[in-house]
Amino acid sequence: MIAAAFEYESPRTLGEALALLASRPDAKLLAGGHSLLPAMKLRVAAPATLIDLGRIFGLSYIRNAGDKIAIGAMTTHAEIAACDLFPAASPLLAETAAHIGDVQVRNRGTIGGSLAHADPAADYPAAILALDAEMVAMSERGERVIPARKFFTGLMTTALRPNEILTEVRVPKTTGAGAAYRKFHHPASGFAVVGVAAVVKLRGGNIESAAIGITGVGMHAYRASAVEAALRGRPLSAIATAAEKAAGQVEALGDSYASAEYRRHLAQVFTRRALQAAAKAAGK
Amino acid sequence: MAAAKAKPSKWVGRRMPRKEDPRLIQGISHYTDDLRLTGMLHCVFVRSPHANAKIQSMETAAARASEGVVAVITGKDLTDVNSVPCAGALPDLKVPPHPPLAKGHVRYVGEPVAAVVAEDFYAARDAAELVAVDYESLPAAVDMEKALEGGALVHPQFGTNLAFTHGLKNGDITGAFQRADVVVGERLVNQRLAPVAMETRGVLAQYLPGEGTMTVWSSTQIPHLLKTQISLMLGMPETLVRVVTPEVGGGFGSKLNVYGEEAVVPWLARKLGRPVKWAETRRENMAATIHGRDQINYVELALKRDGTLLGLRALLLADLGAYHQLLTPIIPTLTALLITGCYKIPAVDVEVVGVFTNKMSTDAYRGAGRPEATYIIERMVDVAAGALKMDPTEIRRKNFPKASQFPFNTSTGIIYDSGNYQETLKRALHMAGYDKLRARQKAGWKQGKYYGIGVSTYVEICAMGPSTAMPAGGWESGTVRVEPTGKVTVLTGASPHGQGQETSFAQIVADEFGIEPADVTVVHGDTAAVPYGIGTFGSRATAVGGTAMYFATQKVKTKMATLAAHLMGVKPAQVIFGGGRVSAKGSKKSLAFGEVVGAAYVAKNLPPGFEPGLEGTHFFEPSNFTFPFGAHVCSVEVDAETGEVKVDKYVAVDDCGNVINPLLVEGQIHGGIVQAIGQALYEEVLYNEDGQLVTGTLMDYAVPKAAQLPRFELARTVTPSPVNPMGVKGVGEAGTIGCTPCIVNAVCDALSPLGIQNLDMPLKPERVWRAMQAAQSKPGMDKIAPAKVAARKAQRAGMKNGAKKRRRA
Repeated sequence: MIAAAFEYESPRTLGEALALLASRPDAKLLAGGHSLLPAMKLRVAAPATLIDLGRIFGLSYIRNAGDKIAIGAMTTHAEIAACDLFPAASPLLAETAAHIGDVQVRNRGTIGGSLAHADPAADYPAAILALDAEMVAMSERGERVIPARKFFTGLMTTALRPNEILTEVRVPKTTGAGAAYRKFHHPASGFAVVGVAAVVKLRGGNIESAAIGITGVGMHAYRASAVEAALRGRPLSAIATAAEKAAGQVEALGDSYASAEYRRHLAQVFTRRALQAAAKAAGK
Repeated sequence: MAAAKAKPSKWVGRRMPRKEDPRLIQGISHYTDDLRLTGMLHCVFVRSPHANAKIQSMETAAARASEGVVAVITGKDLTDVNSVPCAGALPDLKVPPHPPLAKGHVRYVGEPVAAVVAEDFYAARDAAELVAVDYESLPAAVDMEKALEGGALVHPQFGTNLAFTHGLKNGDITGAFQRADVVVGERLVNQRLAPVAMETRGVLAQYLPGEGTMTVWSSTQIPHLLKTQISLMLGMPETLVRVVTPEVGGGFGSKLNVYGEEAVVPWLARKLGRPVKWAETRRENMAATIHGRDQINYVELALKRDGTLLGLRALLLADLGAYHQLLTPIIPTLTALLITGCYKIPAVDVEVVGVFTNKMSTDAYRGAGRPEATYIIERMVDVAAGALKMDPTEIRRKNFPKASQFPFNTSTGIIYDSGNYQETLKRALHMAGYDKLRARQKAGWKQGKYYGIGVSTYVEICAMGPSTAMPAGGWESGTVRVEPTGKVTVLTGASPHGQGQETSFAQIVADEFGIEPADVTVVHGDTAAVPYGIGTFGSRATAVGGTAMYFATQKVKTKMATLAAHLMGVKPAQVIFGGGRVSAKGSKKSLAFGEVVGAAYVAKNLPPGFEPGLEGTHFFEPSNFTFPFGAHVCSVEVDAETGEVKVDKYVAVDDCGNVINPLLVEGQIHGGIVQAIGQALYEEVLYNEDGQLVTGTLMDYAVPKAAQLPRFELARTVTPSPVNPMGVKGVGEAGTIGCTPCIVNAVCDALSPLGIQNLDMPLKPERVWRAMQAAQSKPGMDKIAPAKVAARKAQRAGMKNGAKKRRRA
């Protein structure tokens, strides 16, 4: 398939990109292109201008930033999955990245592109929420930091403003906690029918705190705060019952592969599995 | 001396890597879309977004005026093009007109309504957006069972959506069901599938007005039949039409067809005087390339208490889609033919009912009617075993014909050529560790784990086939030409498109001539080069095409032996081939292969009456089909919480007669099993109630991927076919035929403690989970609604003539 005609820009600096974004009507940013280009080829999306971020130097990196790890928006899923900064300091994001799509998708797709696109079945949002990560958005007016909980606002919509570019994601280090991502793959697309990311801190054999991000169920990923509340200070044996609240607050989506009811059910199952795996990791 | 060293079969039977692979793996071979001709134009089709609609008007002026556009045509322009052909000829078949571009009415989503031709693909694609079609959308016939009862009519002129009925009856069916101790029934769904060949379709046509010749490159399995049909559709002499199949990236039956695009593109090339190319997109492929399967089967088995099968009664509803493609109505009749499977069933009564719906046509998809038959009988035998509390292997063994009973006449009227069903089952059970799997299952049930073991024993029909049973002839041609340099060219009417016959045919010919496969080149898929042939489908290329080539080789060998005997001064009967030499048995006389060949071409010293040159052609007409068979055993685990099915062991013991190249056979079995697992677990073409295609991309339609599959453990038994001299049977579809019920049987077996007797494919996690939920909430429920074949048939009969049938309780 062939996309409708569009203008193509490939700025070399972030400044140029921001200027183009501010001046061109109906422009779309191109990162890895794994969601946008298929949509354009199907003519579901037909932006007037594509601003390719691929040639901007310095948007692809993973580095230590104090109690956080900073990831450039153009870093690929494969780079995140393979980076040795993560396993010891904050393994959840890398584990999640390894579950995305297939090898080709992981080699081309970027964390910034995925998060800004905000597909309701994307994997990262679960981890981003569970980690309380920060999104760094740049506009011509400067930098703005958006906490993960405020980032996903609706179906494929985020808190990013039209003139902003997501440039960096900062994930806290989770040393001392355990984390896990458990996912039910869609057999065709590889997206998450349901994906649950959990970070669990233990104290004296009980759960001190749990943070749970769930993707695939609702219009956008969310924190399972009812489950988290039900686990605070409780023994591990509380996990199974608490997990039943995994989809209580959300309006679930259904499609020809998985109904809303089934997704709610999966959310419970995978919340329990992710929590148990995270708790096990925390106990090590 | 050289002759004494030559082994009788040096290459046949070897795991020889494919000659095709280096060019395919490197991406340096040419598919239709890789071809570029000077002045070539690009064609894009505008397709219906409606399942059923009147075309009120079409506005093409804007598209025509678009930059780079050369022509825009609609159905009205194609006044001199004949209907897309259907080769199926059933007695009361309703055959609707099938224009290559819709005329005034569209009947499925994806039906072509206009073609846009432009200087480049981009211009054509953009202009296609500008073709404005005013549709009056009408209610659509989508569900085949509802469509039979009334409502929207796909072709109002018929007054019904019933396309045909076809009966197959033999033996005392009434008596069988009266005498039965047990009758089991089920409604089985064989869902609609998309073939999803890796290479989509594509057509490139070039018309030379001076010469009046039309060359069409098309991604097809049947170049010769297509040549004939293009000449008929376009009203051109067949002698002026040439069809070439460049590399063809898979077909699975979807290219065993003649499509409207294969008339429109050449028509455009002739009209415009320039080459025109169309390359199908994946979305077009999902919507407008034939689909497979799509049957609903009501089946009943009558049995004695000891498991002896007495009779089978079935109503097979087949969703044909909106139009007949080449073999659309024939496919479900093959299901009837094979419905008794590996078993002695003395009485059968099968009615096949073809139904028009507002969907893409169904037609041959890998297995083509046989997977449906195998699914029916293999599921039903398991259901019967469950009802009788018998082991599923025991009931099978009990009803197999013995090896000594072959050739075996079935009550459906076919003759199984050779077989030993006990042996393949025994081997498969042994390899799978059947008893251990049963022990694990029992232990698992106690721990709330659902392990299931699936068994499927199949027989299928290959080597299609005797011409009496085939719409367009079932023979095949082969030409063997030894070139002056001693290299051998083989021309085969078969048209391999991934099967690897460039390799296996070279192995056969190399052995016959005592030369290397590297010295043999197999040419196929060019009607200007290759004598008329039928093509590659129905697992026929080696058993029929290979045999034609084998006989052609014998003709050349006889001729060479005559010449060599003359040159060496020995008797022709003494001449043997081997080690690159032609030698005389019982003497030390020997000539290099090339010396004899050279003598045939320079023609200075020939025996009296000897024609120069070394070429032989044979048209082989098989006396029967061949009937490969096998036993598949698998084990699965069903996730009790999610309903997800994991196949953790898969064993297949297949018997396809003698084997030319085990590597190719295993490749075919692997691919077949993958597609069968796809049907069992993942794949389904879904239309919503308005007839919109829901699974229009590979993001929705789940083709299985390597990570979703178990390791396959394969073995073979060898029961040669008596139908052809090489004793080969065919293997292209066996995996797809044998495996699907094996998986479903395993899942139903896993869930048998819950009283689940049947589940419909694909076994999507949610479907399995819901069945488990429903079963657990109804303790004691041990049977799911039985099929009501007799009642269904009576209802249908009542619709026709008020006749009634009685069903034994």
